[in-house]
Amino acid sequence: MPHAFDEMTGADGAVRPAYETLQQWLSSVPRDVLDHRRKEAEYIFRRIGITFAVYGEQNSQERLIPFDIVPRIITQPEWTRLAKGLEQRVKALNMYIRDIYSTREILRAGKLPEEMVFQNPAFRPEMNGRRVPHDIHVHIAGIDIVRTDPDTFYVLEDNARTPSGVSYMLENREIMLRLFPELFSIHKVAPVENYADNLLATLRSLSPHGGHEPNVVILTPGIYNSAYYEHSFLADKLGVELVEGRDLFVKDETVFMRTTEGPKRVDVIYRRLDDDFLDPLVFRPDSVLGVPGLMSAYHAGNVTLTNAVGTGVADDKAVYSYMPEIIRFYLHEEPLLPNVPTWRCREADHLKYVLEHLPDLVVKEVHGSGGYGMLVGPSADRAQIEKFREKLIADPNNFIAQPTLALSTCPTLVEQGIAPRHVDLRPFILSGSDKVRIVPGGLTRVAMKEGSLVVNSSQGGGTKDTWVLDA
Amino acid sequence: MLSRTADNLYWLTRYVERADCLARILDVSQRLAYTPVTYGGSTNEWGSAVLTAGCAESFIARYGPLEEATEENVVFYLAFEAENPSSIRNCFEVARTNARSVRTALTSEMWDVINSAWIELRNFPNRPLDREELANFLAFVKETSLRFDGATFRTMLRNDGYWFARSGAQIERADNTARILDVKYHVLLPEKERVGGPLDYFQWASILRSVSALTAFHWVYRDSVKPWLVADLLILNRQMPRSLAACYDALARNLDDIASGYGRQGPSQRLAQGMLARLTNRSVDDIFQAGLHEFITDFISDNNKLAAAITDQYLT
Repeated sequence: MPHAFDEMTGADGAVRPAYETLQQWLSSVPRDVLDHRRKEAEYIFRRIGITFAVYGEQNSQERLIPFDIVPRIITQPEWTRLAKGLEQRVKALNMYIRDIYSTREILRAGKLPEEMVFQNPAFRPEMNGRRVPHDIHVHIAGIDIVRTDPDTFYVLEDNARTPSGVSYMLENREIMLRLFPELFSIHKVAPVENYADNLLATLRSLSPHGGHEPNVVILTPGIYNSAYYEHSFLADKLGVELVEGRDLFVKDETVFMRTTEGPKRVDVIYRRLDDDFLDPLVFRPDSVLGVPGLMSAYHAGNVTLTNAVGTGVADDKAVYSYMPEIIRFYLHEEPLLPNVPTWRCREADHLKYVLEHLPDLVVKEVHGSGGYGMLVGPSADRAQIEKFREKLIADPNNFIAQPTLALSTCPTLVEQGIAPRHVDLRPFILSGSDKVRIVPGGLTRVAMKEGSLVVNSSQGGGTKDTWVLDA
Repeated sequence: MLSRTADNLYWLTRYVERADCLARILDVSQRLAYTPVTYGGSTNEWGSAVLTAGCAESFIARYGPLEEATEENVVFYLAFEAENPSSIRNCFEVARTNARSVRTALTSEMWDVINSAWIELRNFPNRPLDREELANFLAFVKETSLRFDGATFRTMLRNDGYWFARSGAQIERADNTARILDVKYHVLLPEKERVGGPLDYFQWASILRSVSALTAFHWVYRDSVKPWLVADLLILNRQMPRSLAACYDALARNLDDIASGYGRQGPSQRLAQGMLARLTNRSVDDIFQAGLHEFITDFISDNNKLAAAITDQYLT
């Protein structure tokens, strides 16, 4: 694997200008002070109850995501570039989904194979020919970005269903402000706290019938969901009700919530529940998390669901590989943010290449998430590679492969002191009927283990505060 | 607000109040059990603790008759037993689960009290505690409820959420005071022992202690402890925050606040006002005349009816 670019020390070992102040500060603060603050941060996280659950693990119902106290810095020019690229990407995603559920121009033009759509388990035939309010499907997107050198940011993954992590972005900043006020006095850090306000404005703009005060709610699967903390956090910051399926009912194709004062009409539902569970009358009949009849109200145009139903057709890893084409097709523009080169194992020549280069590649399941079921070639042993080879040959359609990128590293506080660790970035892009909103920065995830490239929290990854610095 | 949110708030405060009551019951039982019999101590005080806690049936199923209840069994059952849905441990578990479900309706201070208590609860071993450990544990429980009430009082918006939360606590508190009286009413009756004997004093004092009212008694009546005054204090005296009258004074007000906020009265307001009227136009003599036990039994049943009416009207 090539040598990774470190965002603080750069390629030549000289501290990059954006990090100069931070680096001086880091070298002047005694180690025990840093350790003490880190413990304090952990204590605060536990007290507030910012926890998540890892599925399939017993006796660890609620875990903390490790928080690293060394912030990650992005300069204003870098961010401006990123933001433009993100906006372009989400715009294309939205146009693609609208097209897929209406006239399918892109298939007719032969830009991507039909089975990409029709054999995609996230494709929802129920949405065929259905318009959604304001023609926007992905209202809240999380686009994962990685960096390999000073000038190159790749899009690693699009999350167009229910991306999570924004509560960490916000809480990380709050904790940093509390623990290190002195750092903020010597850096001009762009604030992120207006995210909640932006989200509320976005959701309100999406009401199916404009005019009067729309009633916005957040729909959660409940307290046992791994992201429950985030659901309640957002409801609290937005000042909207956090509802479960059983709090809602549908009458005359209209959604109501049960309140102490009787039924109250609901206009916009920010749902943190997968399509499959939304409405037992249409999707999984055994779902007790959803609302019977919800889809009838949705189709009648009486309620907005964010994100729309069926957006998963745009964010699996196979469709990902076509994103540059998708952007060119709808926007007649070149992608501002490049894709990581991707081999689709469904295609014979790609598969051949992948099988020949397994030790150098990262192989992922098309519909996988959370870092499960993937092979990181360079760090796997021979047995693991051979086992994966069998899986791959048995079901090539289910996999894509990418070169092992030398993800950039950031200084991180670990046992041995401050050391470089690999990071990625998830900014959140809000698309309302009025405009697109992005707060500067996003969630930086960090692989706490030396050399590890897997940043997912379910695999022991941590998070950092992300600073976009004004010059 | 969402009915489920109101329901969670209502039960959250009920469980915190219940944990507090259980801690007091254990405190007093321990004290009585160590008092020599000639001074009003009793050998089956632990059985009556189980009765007061309202979980006699499940306790007997597990440990046998109440007469044979031991300190170790009762303390463990009421404080820690996982299978006892109303053990203090479970009260805190349920309170926290409720709190998590309605975090948006709680202030961060209230959440902090509940969540910290839940974290700290794990530091107490899941086995019979020695005396010092138990004392620490009971102090921790009582302090938690004090902090929780304080956080609620100081930080919560005065709207329907607050009124539902307070209603839960008051219903639970009234129930608890009534059950203490239900189990101990016989020591307040004049025919039981000769009035004013040394034995009685300790029994009466223990009733007052179980609702933290021994000092208050002297301030209110400026008299030695007499059974009808004990009954008056716990049933009719509105100065005493755990008396039935004070609970209903607060309940009726909370429910009226809800009704005026929503612009609509309902069955729970009428029931609460009716109960309050009965506790107002009454002297303790009347109650003794008509039968203390009947009065208390009726009260417990009516209190449950009000709880059901609140659930029916708002929480479902």
